[in-house]
Amino acid sequence: MGLLSDPVRRRALARLVLRLNAPLCVLSYVAGIAWFLALVFPPLTQRTYMSENAMGSTMVEEQFAGGDRARAFARDFAAHRKKSGALPVAWLERTMRSVGLEVYTQSFSRKLPFPDETHERYMVSGTNVYGILRAPRAASTESLVLTVPCGSDSTNSQAVGLLLALAAHFRGQIYWAKDIVFLVTEHDLLGTEAWLEAYHDVNVTGMQSSPLQGRAGAIQAAVALELSSDVVTSLDVAVEGLNGQLPNLDLLNLFQTFCQKGGLLCTLQGKLQPEDWTSLDGPLQGLQTLLLMVLRQASGRPHGSHGLFLRYRVEALTLRGINSFRQYKYDLVAVGKALEGMFRKLNHLLERLHQSFFLYLLPGLSRFVSIGLYMPAVGFLLLVLGLKALELWMQLHEAGMGLEEPGGAPGPSVPLPPSQGVGLASLVAPLLISQAMGLALYVLPVLGQHVATQHFPVAEAEAVVLTLLAIYAAGLALPHNTHRTQAPDRGWMALKLVALIYLALQLGCIALTNFSLGFLLATTMVPTAALAKPHGPRTLYAALLVLTSPAATLLGSLFLWRELQEAPLSLAEGWQLFLAALAQGVLEHHTYGALLFPLLSLGLYPCWLLFWNVLFWK
Amino acid sequence: MAVTDSLSRAATVLATVLLLSFGSVAASHIEDQAEQFFRSGHTNNWAVLVCTSRFWFNYRHVANTLSVYRSVKRLGIPDSHIVLMLADDMACNPRNPKPATVFSHKNMELNVYGDDVEVDYRSYEVTVENFLRVLTGRIPPSTPRSKRLLSDDRSNILIYMTGHGGNGFLKFQDSEEITNIELADAFEQMWQKRRYNELLFIIDTCQGASMYERFYSPNIMALASSQVGEDSLSHQPDPAIGVHLMDRYTFYVLEFLEEINPASQTNMNDLFQVCPKSLCVSTPGHRTDLFQRDPKNVLITDFFGSVRKVEITTETIKLQQDSEIMESSYKEDQMDEKLMEPLKYAEQLPVAQIIHQKPKLKDWHPPGGFILGLWALIIMVFFKTYGIKHMKFIF
Repeated sequence: MGLLSDPVRRRALARLVLRLNAPLCVLSYVAGIAWFLALVFPPLTQRTYMSENAMGSTMVEEQFAGGDRARAFARDFAAHRKKSGALPVAWLERTMRSVGLEVYTQSFSRKLPFPDETHERYMVSGTNVYGILRAPRAASTESLVLTVPCGSDSTNSQAVGLLLALAAHFRGQIYWAKDIVFLVTEHDLLGTEAWLEAYHDVNVTGMQSSPLQGRAGAIQAAVALELSSDVVTSLDVAVEGLNGQLPNLDLLNLFQTFCQKGGLLCTLQGKLQPEDWTSLDGPLQGLQTLLLMVLRQASGRPHGSHGLFLRYRVEALTLRGINSFRQYKYDLVAVGKALEGMFRKLNHLLERLHQSFFLYLLPGLSRFVSIGLYMPAVGFLLLVLGLKALELWMQLHEAGMGLEEPGGAPGPSVPLPPSQGVGLASLVAPLLISQAMGLALYVLPVLGQHVATQHFPVAEAEAVVLTLLAIYAAGLALPHNTHRTQAPDRGWMALKLVALIYLALQLGCIALTNFSLGFLLATTMVPTAALAKPHGPRTLYAALLVLTSPAATLLGSLFLWRELQEAPLSLAEGWQLFLAALAQGVLEHHTYGALLFPLLSLGLYPCWLLFWNVLFWK
Repeated sequence: MAVTDSLSRAATVLATVLLLSFGSVAASHIEDQAEQFFRSGHTNNWAVLVCTSRFWFNYRHVANTLSVYRSVKRLGIPDSHIVLMLADDMACNPRNPKPATVFSHKNMELNVYGDDVEVDYRSYEVTVENFLRVLTGRIPPSTPRSKRLLSDDRSNILIYMTGHGGNGFLKFQDSEEITNIELADAFEQMWQKRRYNELLFIIDTCQGASMYERFYSPNIMALASSQVGEDSLSHQPDPAIGVHLMDRYTFYVLEFLEEINPASQTNMNDLFQVCPKSLCVSTPGHRTDLFQRDPKNVLITDFFGSVRKVEITTETIKLQQDSEIMESSYKEDQMDEKLMEPLKYAEQLPVAQIIHQKPKLKDWHPPGGFILGLWALIIMVFFKTYGIKHMKFIF
């Protein structure tokens, strides 16, 4: 009988919690979804503003006029590239030197874990070419990067042409306080990764790259450019990077300032900016943009070269020129002026960009939602798991109390240890087995691809994907528990309690670094995890659980993503895309260190298997 | 013959009378001029010009200070009597598209950097400590002469400060501040050490008027670019250089000063009219209650220039000694043997009667959350131990 706890009152409290639990859970879940949907409406979404004083209070006058020169360079580059089939390194070196830069090359090579079907490459080797424009009157302590990734599928010749013309223009100015690096990479993202690793002297992905001969100082910001046509109708900006990292919002604000100044049409996620946020149309369009951003951020892929720069805390953006069927077109001079203005303002920076937000969601190019306002959405969803765990804990305690009363011995300590011991032992087996399945899912597909190709008539990539799916489905058929305890109810309740806490911890940690992934997984997994129990309509619960498993969430989000982009998929196409996405996911984990594959296979899949165990508890 | 004789004698008498009267008038005119000669009481001029902000986007503060430097030098104060403190080097900043220049008008009309700028305190040497040491004269012996303010009790000093400021403080170098109280105390130290005759303090920052609110030493006149609660705005945006080139108040002060030459008779009242609210957007302010002379008798060149007073005359002027001073000094000489009282230079002006500085009433705040929480905790524990049954009926 303590001062602060009264057993009678505690039991009353417990009964109250148990009675209210189900409505509270439903309310909390609905609140979470509603909060997320309300993010696009004005009090929660704010106008963007420039936070960095060094960039905001200065003005620039763009003088770039090298449109013809850019087009000439682009034609030359395209011709040389077609002739040689790979990046025309010698021509690039010659041209950069003639423009006045210090030119260096870097070679790299990588053997991918299995052949990449989408890009058609397996043993990759290439050369990056980069030229450094030294600041005329400053020490080379800081630098800015303008990069064009060249791959086999996207030639980006106009981007290379514009890069060279801009280099020629920048070389004639004396107001640069930072070095500028003009980087052209081969095999797009692989080359960028090789260059970045060599620049920062690390080796995180097993890329073999030769060391860099010339270096320019700490990189403050980078812009990646992708242009494949002489004229563009709009510029699309991509911000989501590897593992859902985002650049500082000030960089996006800078781009938006120059869009407005030059009258360029700029899009985010390929969608135009809604003008009117007071009526319903604007927020609805914002919701589409927001959902697209959530899906892209959750996938954890680097959507452009910029995504790989973010790992080294270099703020970066990718600008894509889109040539669609609009009437008003902008030529290379307009794009060049916008880039010149951006670089000139970045030149004024004194420190790294740090004044504005690093974690945000974008319903539009000039609107953002800050982390303090969107976090409660996932908080409400995880509250459901917490409430369910609390309910189970109280039920377990009550069951323990109920067992004790016939015994009659008034022990002051809680009489759980003897039955608890049995409970714990029965928990260990499912935990170990599901974790082992997760480990198998992570390791076996890539490891066993050669064995699979020997025995089955499939290519390596297909072997990997099929092994993935096979192990995933095999997990559903495992034997569930080997113990028959005296109180079968206690066993599954204890397992579910552990599984709920495990899921809540994982989703919480994921949501902190990659809100979109955490929210997406929480939306699908939380209700079925809360509902899973061996009693009741078992087939219905089983179907629901399968539909909300991580793989099904991936499939569903692919369909949703294409739906939002107004290019809906049929079922067969969707399935093909799903298989390709699985292969890409495994590949990107090995080549860039993307974390989606290990998170899902080593973390969420075992957790989901625990719920499957709970469902089929005997 | 006798008639002409008497006529000529009358004419000479008239002539001498006229000459005498003219002479006396001329003599009194010379004496007026002699009065004017000793009107201001200072014999040398000093200037302390301070720019407190660094970074490229604060280009305009350096341009402000250099504009005042340029005017002050043009009107006669030599470099040896100017202490120029610039917190950053804009002319040689790598971001300057026109190196070795600092412009004050857009379209690059006026380069205030010139060829012969002498910066005494540069870059990181511009700190609050160094500034106060310069003012009060507490400088280590190794300091070179160009970094010292070697003023005496007959010096008129112009102090110009610019940068980022707020209500009661001025920011130095993005890392420290000087408060208005500190500044007022520094001026009082200067007064007690007889380091100035008269002081003109000009400040161009946001809420600049707060910096002169606390002065309490005599013979100080102060001007500020904006009142408390107002921001001083920048002027002259130049896209070629990429920054604002000047602040509004100093821009118009510079225009005003460009028309002054060493022989100007323009007085301080004209300077107070520079940059009205329509041009400046903020309301410039000034303070003259501590100043003993009437501002309309104070020439601009008394502070901004170094005008040597030289009058050439062939007349002899008899200077009248002030009999009161003679008697009191005679008495003091007598008293000297009896009492050795220290000279109280500081009490010549009844400052306390002039400025009524009442202590500001602090607003009453309700007790802080911590104290409330502590008391709530104590009361709760008290009730829990002694009266929990009674609590049940309340909650």
